Amino acid sequence: MSDIADRVKKIVVEHLGVEEDKVVENASFIDDLGADSLDTVELVMAFEEEFGIEIPDDAAETIQTFGDAVKFITEAS
Amino acid sequence: MDLTEKTALITGASGGIGAEIARVLHAAGATVALSGTRVEPLEALAAELGARAHVLPCNLSDMEAVEALPKQAIEAMGRVDILVNNAGITRDNLFMRMSDEDWSSVMDVNLTATMKLCRGVLRGMMKARWGRIINISSIVGAIGNPGQANYAASKAGMIGMSKSLAYEVASRGITVNAVAPGFITTPMTDKLTDDQKTALLSQIPAGRMGEPSEIAAAVAYLASTQAGYVTGTTLHVNGGMAML
Repeated sequence: MSDIADRVKKIVVEHLGVEEDKVVENASFIDDLGADSLDTVELVMAFEEEFGIEIPDDAAETIQTFGDAVKFITEAS
Repeated sequence: MDLTEKTALITGASGGIGAEIARVLHAAGATVALSGTRVEPLEALAAELGARAHVLPCNLSDMEAVEALPKQAIEAMGRVDILVNNAGITRDNLFMRMSDEDWSSVMDVNLTATMKLCRGVLRGMMKARWGRIINISSIVGAIGNPGQANYAASKAGMIGMSKSLAYEVASRGITVNAVAPGFITTPMTDKLTDDQKTALLSQIPAGRMGEPSEIAAAVAYLASTQAGYVTGTTLHVNGGMAML
């Protein structure tokens, strides 16, 4: 697993308080990991800080799963 | 109320109520950022307060300046724990004579700037899992006032906005409340004629105008840790003029 994926997973585990093995490629933050809409905003904020990138609102809306997040951040950074 | 180690951004701090809010929060131990359009009274207030006071001039009708203000406050104080949206303007006119500009300038400063400042401080508050937003509305937003359709609409808008935002961020330890002053002795109400004042007093059960310190006390309460379970409410401070 890439370094980016590890760091994203760490943020998700810490923020949502879920088990690490639940955070898989197609795990949906809201449907599978118990996030509410505000959690997803906070996750995006945390990603922005961790990776020093800007995630515009329209892009943030497309980040639904762990895999989406890793893909977006890999392309952006 | 102990606000030691807390930081507060207060808009309209050059005005009668805003300056008193700043004094009371500062006296409770908070570091304060004083914002307003007129630099001189802000500097004078900062000098009066001494340590823990920053002056951040800002014209709230300039939306770029509004967007920049939370960042300046964070630069000055490290973070913003407490936001008091107190700044407000009036452009009174009979409804039929009210120009689009009278309408939009009041909405911009009183409501749109408030929204932008709330948005600007929320990120830090969400991370900190603690925040206090206090929007200074007005009795006029609840009961209306002839000649003030624009002002009343903006002040009622602040209440609806506060409630909606309160829902969204309550789980993060952030409270959002409004304080609705009645008629308070300030330069804004000094403009009323004696006849208007006499008529006004007859409608106030307390029989007098309110003092800025009485609004500041309400703000200090809502800003306190002890008020953590109070959110989405409007605290009416009006001498009984409207019992809502």
